[in-house]
Amino acid sequence: MSGPNTDFDPVEVAAVSPAELEAARDAALAAIAAAPDLEALKAVRSEHAGDRSPLALANREIGALPPQARKEAGQRIGQARGAVNQALAARQAVLEVENEARILVEEAVDVTLPTDRDPVGARHPLTTGAELIADIFVAMGWEVAEGPVIEAEWLNFDALNLGPDHPARTMQDTFWTAPADNHLVLRTHTSPVQARTMLARGVTDEAPIYVVCPGRVFRTDEYDATHSPMFHQVEGLAIDKDISMAHLKGTLDHFAAQMFGDGITTRFRPSYFPFTEPSAEVDLICFVCRGVDSDACRTCRGEGWIEWGGCGIVNPRVLQACGIDSSKYSGFAFGMGIDRTLMFRHGLEDLRTLFEGDVRFTTAFGSEL
Amino acid sequence: MKAPVSWIREYVDLPGDVTTEILTDRLTALGLKLEGIHAAGADIQGPLVIGRVLTRDPEPQKNGKVINWCTVDVGAANGSGEPQGIVCGAHNFEPGDLVVVVLPGGVLPGGFAISERKTYGHLSAGMICSAAELGLSDDHDGIIVLPADAGAPGDDAFDLLGLGEEVIEFEINPDRAYALSLRGVAREAALGFGLPFTDPAERVVPEVDGKAYPVLIEDPAGCPVFTTRVVTGFDPAAASPDFIKRRLEQYGMRSISLAVDVSNYVMVELGQPTHCYDRDKLAGPIRARRAQAAEKITTLDDVVRELTVDDLVIADDNGPIGIAGVMGGADTEISDTTTAIVIEAAHFDPTTVFRAQKRHKLPSEASKRFERGVDPLLPAAAADRVVELLVEYGGATAEPGFTLVGTAPERPTIQVATDLPARLSGIDISAMTTVEHLRAIGAVVTEHGVDTIEVTGPSWRPDINEPYDLVEEVVRIVGYDQVPSVLPRRATGRGLTRTQRLRRQVGRALAGAGCVEVVSFPFVGEATFDKLGLPADDPLRSTVALANPISSEEPGYTTTLLPGLLDAAGRNIGRGSSSVALFETGTVAFPSDNGPAPIYGVHAGPSEAELEKLLEALPVQPQHLAVVLAGERTRSGWWGAGVEAGWSDALAVVRRLADEIGVSVEVSAAARMPWHPGRCALITIDEVEIGHAGELHPSVCKAFGLPARSAALEVDLDALMAAAPDVTPGPKFSTMPVAKEDVALVVEETVTVAEVEAALRAGAGELLESVRLFDVYTGEQIGAGHKSLAFALRFRAPDRTLTEAETSAARTAAVAAAGERTGAVQR
Repeated sequence: MSGPNTDFDPVEVAAVSPAELEAARDAALAAIAAAPDLEALKAVRSEHAGDRSPLALANREIGALPPQARKEAGQRIGQARGAVNQALAARQAVLEVENEARILVEEAVDVTLPTDRDPVGARHPLTTGAELIADIFVAMGWEVAEGPVIEAEWLNFDALNLGPDHPARTMQDTFWTAPADNHLVLRTHTSPVQARTMLARGVTDEAPIYVVCPGRVFRTDEYDATHSPMFHQVEGLAIDKDISMAHLKGTLDHFAAQMFGDGITTRFRPSYFPFTEPSAEVDLICFVCRGVDSDACRTCRGEGWIEWGGCGIVNPRVLQACGIDSSKYSGFAFGMGIDRTLMFRHGLEDLRTLFEGDVRFTTAFGSEL
Repeated sequence: MKAPVSWIREYVDLPGDVTTEILTDRLTALGLKLEGIHAAGADIQGPLVIGRVLTRDPEPQKNGKVINWCTVDVGAANGSGEPQGIVCGAHNFEPGDLVVVVLPGGVLPGGFAISERKTYGHLSAGMICSAAELGLSDDHDGIIVLPADAGAPGDDAFDLLGLGEEVIEFEINPDRAYALSLRGVAREAALGFGLPFTDPAERVVPEVDGKAYPVLIEDPAGCPVFTTRVVTGFDPAAASPDFIKRRLEQYGMRSISLAVDVSNYVMVELGQPTHCYDRDKLAGPIRARRAQAAEKITTLDDVVRELTVDDLVIADDNGPIGIAGVMGGADTEISDTTTAIVIEAAHFDPTTVFRAQKRHKLPSEASKRFERGVDPLLPAAAADRVVELLVEYGGATAEPGFTLVGTAPERPTIQVATDLPARLSGIDISAMTTVEHLRAIGAVVTEHGVDTIEVTGPSWRPDINEPYDLVEEVVRIVGYDQVPSVLPRRATGRGLTRTQRLRRQVGRALAGAGCVEVVSFPFVGEATFDKLGLPADDPLRSTVALANPISSEEPGYTTTLLPGLLDAAGRNIGRGSSSVALFETGTVAFPSDNGPAPIYGVHAGPSEAELEKLLEALPVQPQHLAVVLAGERTRSGWWGAGVEAGWSDALAVVRRLADEIGVSVEVSAAARMPWHPGRCALITIDEVEIGHAGELHPSVCKAFGLPARSAALEVDLDALMAAAPDVTPGPKFSTMPVAKEDVALVVEETVTVAEVEAALRAGAGELLESVRLFDVYTGEQIGAGHKSLAFALRFRAPDRTLTEAETSAARTAAVAAAGERTGAVQR
């Protein structure tokens, strides 16, 4: 904007005529309305509202008008410019919206393109399965106990009422470390963790034992679709005052329902384990057919029940060997195979798929069961 | 244990409506678990009848074979009553014999349909059957010749042969040795249905007069009871009666000869193994004694066995004639000329038999029973039963005289509270029920006041020794299905331990980082370590050795998770995955030199010191974590090229993991197999080594079938988790404006980024917020043997906006320190 014209001749200077002003305004408004896009509007803005536009020039001349003419001319020109600017802003807004909409349309992509840049990880179902079991028991106020896989013979056998000549000691087909008189074995069950827990903690009226012990165990089994020299077990141990088989049943029923669904319960059959007396096999009502029309059921093979594990009242000899007063406290224990549990829970047909490390197997489970 | 239902019914009068299924359900509920129900020949379809051979004409064939063209009287079974013409290949029969004939229209096991057919020039209308053809045994030696009194031609042969007879197979638990006999199974059936039991062992036996074959027990601990009986005039050619043969077949034993069959039959019937000696081969009295060192015996299986002083043997004046309870000797065996038989029925110590059987790897039907515990009162009855059968079917004469030496061990008397079964089972079981059920199993119960009873288990239950044993007996009769379901209410746990939570977090972090968890076997051998390229003296080669590995190639418990993990990666690549990222957490073991693990007593817990000694003897067994990254770490796709996994990805995983659990790790160069010597990093925490990461050695990639430049890491997860803070202190940070400065420093090639970064940090002082290397440049402008490192420095003060002068001074100090410590020159 130039400064006021100081070198004017009031006689020669006359205000822009209203007609000219109106024409300029209307030309501007028409151009604005006709501007098809932001680019065109920019040119229109420059032409009709820029420094060298008729309205700008007219405005510049106001200062040169005789004072008596200034007010009136100023009003007229101001109104015209206001109308043009308003139209410009309005058109700008409209065109911006249109422009944005167009860009968004142009930027559309095929959202079905793959997005697998980063590899997908997964945790092994044996891990997440053990965690699921642990969580069920932790929620009941139990703790999770652990121990080493290479174990002292005494803890794996003797302390659990499996004396040197106990037939069960050979039944279990133990891996012994060399030389055998080192008295070390690959644990054949997670029961030594129970012994360790009792030995380490003892039991008092105030601090009963409620522990669950998931872990890896070994037996010299042939490796086939249903056997493996390495597999996984979970055992539970409760030592408290007045523990009975009813508490064992209650606990296993709860476990079964959490693991396999509401209404899934267990049944006991008399059995024999050196570390428990009375001992029982625990069967699970088939969670697929629920014992109804079982004949066609592939999960329980027509039995209506699935063999799940072993359990019983802790043999007082075990309590004694582990330093617990068997006249004051009783306990129950149970154990089942995690691998086997997963096999029937997930319909796995070959145990070996658990140990092959094929990513297609494991990724199918994601990171939670 | 296999028991024919009809045999069970001989000793317990089960009502007709007790089906085999009901019977097995009840027995399973009592603890004799059903394995299966077999019915030999159940799939045979008649007509299957008795036939009398009328004529037998041998006809030699061109192929050298001789067939018999027979006519057989099958009564009215063929509808006509005319003799049936049948071609038979067997020769063990004569005209007049009764045989088993399947007529046209019949179906033999395996769907083998019988019809009239032309063969060897005759129209053969049916078949004369062997035991094997009927699925009764594996005996292919000729056809079945029935006893003369078996029946009349045309009579149905099904029942006669025991075809379709149901045989129950049980899984017998080690504590129920008594159920390894029909006597035991039937006793349980009687118990299960509350019916009277006819004990086949309840026999009137002769007075003990010591006048049968003389016996000396020199080791009463190993052999508490020994009885003998004698029969003479035995016909060694006498055949076993069909019922004995059939029942032995049903049990799963082959018929050998009458004397052997009778001994086996009595064992299956009563549970008492017996043995028959040829009296004429015995010299002097029979002795039960321990073997002398290096004494030898040839056992019935014709194997010469060297005995040890721990073996209990039966001997005569010439030496051992049997390993007690395990197997008899060949020298005194019954032969086809034996006429005088000494029958042994004895009781042996279970442990002695168990050890001998193990030592000589000679498990037998006898040892199976003795090692679990046989009723010590049985020998007299068993010997008497053997005598009876040998007399009846072998034409023998029972010699007078009965020798019984020794005394049966007594059952302990157990004091038990009458409410113990109720307390331990949670079932409301009255004292009366307890007493009643204990008496039902054969125990002698004396009541003392209201609360306690005194119980002596029956002689056939050596497993009943303590109060809890009695509880199981009572509860199994009441029914395990009566146990109520009640949750214990007192558990007050402390949740997962810190370590347990961290381990989960590590697993989740690794899965989040795109790694898939695997579980591998921990067995390794020298070849495993060779594959990893470990030097001969590498400490990882020293494993905890297994005495009985699955494979002699892999006799050790692993010291590293990498072999299993790399194998799994190779397997995935081999199955068509081009890229794979795997992880495993698991136990590795390092041998300890703290001597053998002690074996303590079991009557009280070991002392703290004893327990400590035991735990110290165990190998060190840390949890390790290993990761392998092979192929593309980031995949290529429509977005552009992918990124191949390399050494830095392995380190990135370690650092990410450390960050996840709040641990800071240091990294320095290392050279260690199986890693590339120039691309291997040692990971430390406070200068203590926890593992390695980097690119695998090219030879290792090749050995495991992995793509070149695959990367791996292995760290001691226990050590990593141990460094995690129990409580993370809340961080303090400033919200004042940041001042950024970039510096490019030229250093010699051998100077590490870590060194320069440490120098910059030291020089920059407290205002420095972070340092990050963002570029490495080598090239002509820098000069050979040098590199340019570009760092972004961020400065910030806790309480004010930094002035340019302050920032500049800090930057200058940082560069100066780098120059001083590493020779860095600003570019």
